[in-house]
Amino acid sequence: MATNPATAGGRPSVDPAATNPATGGTNAAAGGGRPSVDYLLGLGDDALVMAQRLAEWAARAPEMEEDIALSNIALDQLGAARLLLSYAAEIEGAGRDEDALAFLRGDREFRNCLLVELPNGDFGHTMAKLLFLSAYQLPLYAALSNCPDARLAAIGAKARKESAYHLDHSRTWTVRLGDGTVESHRRMQAAVDAVWPYAAELFAADPAAPVDPATLRAEFDATVAAVLAEATLTRPDSGWVPTGGRQGVHTEHLSYLLAEMQVVHRAHPGARW
Amino acid sequence: MYGNDFSQPEEAPTGALLDQVEAAEAELRDAAARARAGASGTAGAAPEEYFDSVIAADQKIEPRDWMPERYRRTLVRQIAQHAHSEIIGMQPEGNWITRAPSLKRKAILLAKVQDEAGHGLYLYAAAETLGVDRDELVDLLLSGRQKYSSIFNYPTLSWADVGAIGWLVDGAAIVNQVPLCRCSYGPYARAMIRVCKEESFHQRQGYEILHTLAHGTPEQRTMAQDAVDRWWYPSLAMFGPPDTDSTHSAQSMEWKIKRFSNDDLRQRFVDMCVQQAEVLGLRIPDPALRWNAERQAYDYTQPDYDELMRVISGDGPCNRQRMDHRRRAHAEGAWVREAAVVHAAKRAERAEQAAARKDPVAA
Repeated sequence: MATNPATAGGRPSVDPAATNPATGGTNAAAGGGRPSVDYLLGLGDDALVMAQRLAEWAARAPEMEEDIALSNIALDQLGAARLLLSYAAEIEGAGRDEDALAFLRGDREFRNCLLVELPNGDFGHTMAKLLFLSAYQLPLYAALSNCPDARLAAIGAKARKESAYHLDHSRTWTVRLGDGTVESHRRMQAAVDAVWPYAAELFAADPAAPVDPATLRAEFDATVAAVLAEATLTRPDSGWVPTGGRQGVHTEHLSYLLAEMQVVHRAHPGARW
Repeated sequence: MYGNDFSQPEEAPTGALLDQVEAAEAELRDAAARARAGASGTAGAAPEEYFDSVIAADQKIEPRDWMPERYRRTLVRQIAQHAHSEIIGMQPEGNWITRAPSLKRKAILLAKVQDEAGHGLYLYAAAETLGVDRDELVDLLLSGRQKYSSIFNYPTLSWADVGAIGWLVDGAAIVNQVPLCRCSYGPYARAMIRVCKEESFHQRQGYEILHTLAHGTPEQRTMAQDAVDRWWYPSLAMFGPPDTDSTHSAQSMEWKIKRFSNDDLRQRFVDMCVQQAEVLGLRIPDPALRWNAERQAYDYTQPDYDELMRVISGDGPCNRQRMDHRRRAHAEGAWVREAAVVHAAKRAERAEQAAARKDPVAA
């Protein structure tokens, strides 16, 4: 059995029998305030797939300091993914663990948003993706840290601090590149234009979720508007809103990403690592 | 890093070496606390005499001290090549991050490759205290005028290679670097103390990967043995040519940059690995390997030094690939670095203008 990081380190444990339905006041999912497996998979898969993309930058970044920063952010995302997937596996109660969920699901079973699976592109594209993701994850995790489910609240409380750092990092680079050279401005605007349509999916309403994503939109818009203004960039006016990730209908990119991620694990069924 | 549990196995194969790192750190503090025989540049004292007395007393030479030009050049070369090795060394392992077979292993490997970038940074910073700058050194690497460790020109062909690199390559690096914690140049010695502590952590993680594989399925076991078979001799070659052919050794030992010969360190490494291989249940691919009671050390087959020379001169399996990769990352990142410089200049200019508006008289 793989170790379960979510149960280590003195985090409050959640005993299903002890869950009090009365605490599930705000937007709680049916079942006494516990988040649904699909909801946790959505969050966990976002973090996992983003970690995988950021890890592709290892030894490729524009400077050594950035190699360290990108690995650091990838590690944070991976850490959050492990906690969320482990919790999803426990609630599911089907004997799966974080590794079974990461390595043995096909692309139609992944619940991540399309934004995170987009290829890295150039450094500007990666920063645009990270800006939109972290501008969404920060208010999301902040709200989750107050949700009635103690376990999810604890995950949210830790992840929000990391998201604040990720947002700060992507904000800094978006401004540097947007308000840098003519070439970097052109590239950063192109990146924002290409990635922007994928942000809409993050905020699809889900009143049954512990935190309805639609309620996070205003803060996201304000954050992004301020960053783009400082970076002398314009928010594109796109009516195209690709979706499907939360239902397991992805872009063509995800299947390749999973093929690479899962290749060793799948080649050795039942092995320990 | 919550959610990424980097717990360690009970066995600590480099425990004794780590004790030496701690002893070197204590000595460094003691040396700093002892009153110096004379300060650098003291009127009347010849700088050469001061330098020699510091070396003789096992004290540290610091950046502001006078030093022979050849001492400075030797250190720049050695520290820079060490830094380049950390940076190029990210590639063979980075190759497996996206395919690591469990999330825990992925996290550990990511953290390790991140540590290597950090080691590269400390080492470039240590080299910069000798009056060169990092960009200059990076240029020397990219143009092929400075080398990096021969070991990183070998390919990582399976997940087990990540374990073998941790166990053997990081193990060899530690054996090589622990004595450098006592090196006469202060900034290098201090960098080595920090690097060795992290390397020893990595070595244990690699050992743990191999241990799990060697005790796993038959396919995993085969994978582990195959990796050890391919990495053993290249790891032995990391200690450099035999003492009879080593060009820089005598002077470096006199200056206390180097404290032991290549062959002494290689022997130490072999003796350390034999016991560990037994615990792992893996075979070291050397039929001539046997205990020599007279020498109280293992006899072993020397690596192929002709191969080492070919790899160092550019004709190893991955030399071209590693250099192409590094050059491409550098070239593709140029617009980003340039933007950062231009943006910083714009900010500085705006801050100046803002200050001028506030205080027009002073401006």
